[in-house]
Amino acid sequence: MSTSDLIVGASVVDVTETPGADPLQHSKPARGNVLRIVGSILLVLFALALLIPFGWMVLSSFKDSNEVFSVPVRWLPETWHWEHYVELWTKTDMATWLRNTIVLSVVVTFLQVLTGAFAAYGFAKVRFPGRDVLFLVYLGTIAVPWQSYMIPQYIMMAQAKLTNTLVAIIVLQAFGAFGVFLMKQYFESIPEELSEAARIDGLNEYSIWARIMLPLSGPALASLGLLTFVNTWNDYLGPLLYLRSRENWTVQLGLKNFVANNLDADYAMLFTGLTVSVIPIAIIFLIGQRYFVEGIATSGLKG
Amino acid sequence: MTSATADRIGIPDTSGTDHTPRRRSKLVLRNTLLGWSFILPNFIGFAIITLIPVVTLFYVALTDFNIFGKGEFIGLENFPKLFADPLFQRSVVNTFYYAVMHVPLTIVVSLGLALLLNTKLRGIAFFRTAAFFPYITSIVAIALVWNLLFSPDYGPINEFLRFIGIQNPPGWLTSQEWAMPSIVIISTWRDMGYYMILFLAGLQTVPRELYEAARVDGTNAWQRFWNVTLPGIRPTMFLVTVLLTIASFKIFDLIIVLSPGGTAAPNQATVVLSQFIYQKGFIESKFGYASAAAVVLFAICLGATVIQFYINKKRSA
Repeated sequence: MSTSDLIVGASVVDVTETPGADPLQHSKPARGNVLRIVGSILLVLFALALLIPFGWMVLSSFKDSNEVFSVPVRWLPETWHWEHYVELWTKTDMATWLRNTIVLSVVVTFLQVLTGAFAAYGFAKVRFPGRDVLFLVYLGTIAVPWQSYMIPQYIMMAQAKLTNTLVAIIVLQAFGAFGVFLMKQYFESIPEELSEAARIDGLNEYSIWARIMLPLSGPALASLGLLTFVNTWNDYLGPLLYLRSRENWTVQLGLKNFVANNLDADYAMLFTGLTVSVIPIAIIFLIGQRYFVEGIATSGLKG
Repeated sequence: MTSATADRIGIPDTSGTDHTPRRRSKLVLRNTLLGWSFILPNFIGFAIITLIPVVTLFYVALTDFNIFGKGEFIGLENFPKLFADPLFQRSVVNTFYYAVMHVPLTIVVSLGLALLLNTKLRGIAFFRTAAFFPYITSIVAIALVWNLLFSPDYGPINEFLRFIGIQNPPGWLTSQEWAMPSIVIISTWRDMGYYMILFLAGLQTVPRELYEAARVDGTNAWQRFWNVTLPGIRPTMFLVTVLLTIASFKIFDLIIVLSPGGTAAPNQATVVLSQFIYQKGFIESKFGYASAAAVVLFAICLGATVIQFYINKKRSA
């Protein structure tokens, strides 16, 4: 079984729908109820375990700094310190970090989606010698851990004088094999007859890509775009290696150093910063959750 | 993989009989140029940023390359030195220790979650969303929040443990024995939503009729799970195991964020392979030496994948 077969194996199903197989449904009523209750309790426990860390983070951002670690733990702040959300912008360089992060995320997402979708057409719809080998090379590198080649990569970037620039992160993130793979899968599901008809109407391959394939690939483009954006937003290691000077820092780097730099850190302010850094991701996720889940289920290959 | 229809691209007159070799090779050339014109913009970036570094790695590992620029070719010298390095040994042991805990735990938790969410209980849709959220939250935020949750004296977790009567709760990330298990807990918490989605997709490929048939045969839920569900999701189980194993061996960012002191003494309980590479390469600027360790990481990940493919093949044969 090849890697690609394997990945395709997990693909077709839409996990956002409530599925049919339901072991609880047809059990005898009494036992079914017990199972149902146990299941519900487990669900609630899991939900608590998932949400408590986030809840604690958000609530702590409103607390007085000493109150964060009060014993016994107080979940709700005694008085709500909304002013942290104002002070954040003056007491820290959050504005700079946020600007850098937004620039990086937007540019990287744009480039990744554009070049990924473009290359995917070559792989999915044009037949030429060496194509399948080339695609295997793409796939193969997804399995190679970045940590193993980050050093040669850094040496090359240093020789190109790109270290300590935002460009380094853009180059690093924008040409991943993942986007090519995801879009290729999707393009292959689009019937060839459509392109054929367009060809008869005199469209060349580039116009077919732009006017037939792209408009039909909304969900895949959304999946790729959202995943890339979130990945770049959250990336810590790339900026850690490449962005040394403070004015280039991203949100993740800034927040991490916020703690590293003051032992006596203002934890309430830290939580405020963390909350602000997570909010955009939460909003994007709520809007596009379907595409995240589909993107992940189609590929099983991120990370 | 690609359907035969793709062959038709660029052949405007398939009805014609003019399939002379010259015409054919002209067509191949045309399609090659066309294909590469699509692939090239991505390929240039991909080659420079991924392909060339991956290949170069094996050369750099054979040099004493450092911050001062040029590296001398020293053959395999880095490797015996590396294997004798106590910090390297420590980091290999720790990496395996992490993987051995993280892989099974995450499989059990995420499969359990997927089974639970594959039912029609109330609130399932909300929960599918919630379970996935940690996975797309930044490591920095997760690590910092959990670090404080785990805080030995004032953290809510230990406070809760004391409340339910545990007198001496562990020191979690500050303790030698508990540091690695704490990291496993955090990373399992983060990853379970992701692998749950893969399992959910797998569960939905198991034919419903099989469950019906098993029920008619009078099996209980456990037997159905063991004899229908597990064999049915074997491809998914395989995929998840491979992904999880590779992800475990390259565990890095969580540990980097949680151990600000680098690889100094109190943090050695959690030194892992990737961190060793980072420490030697980027902190101590021994690029050649660090690359030798990177080759080891590469080999371990490759080995793990190959072994799992082999086992899977044997079982399905």
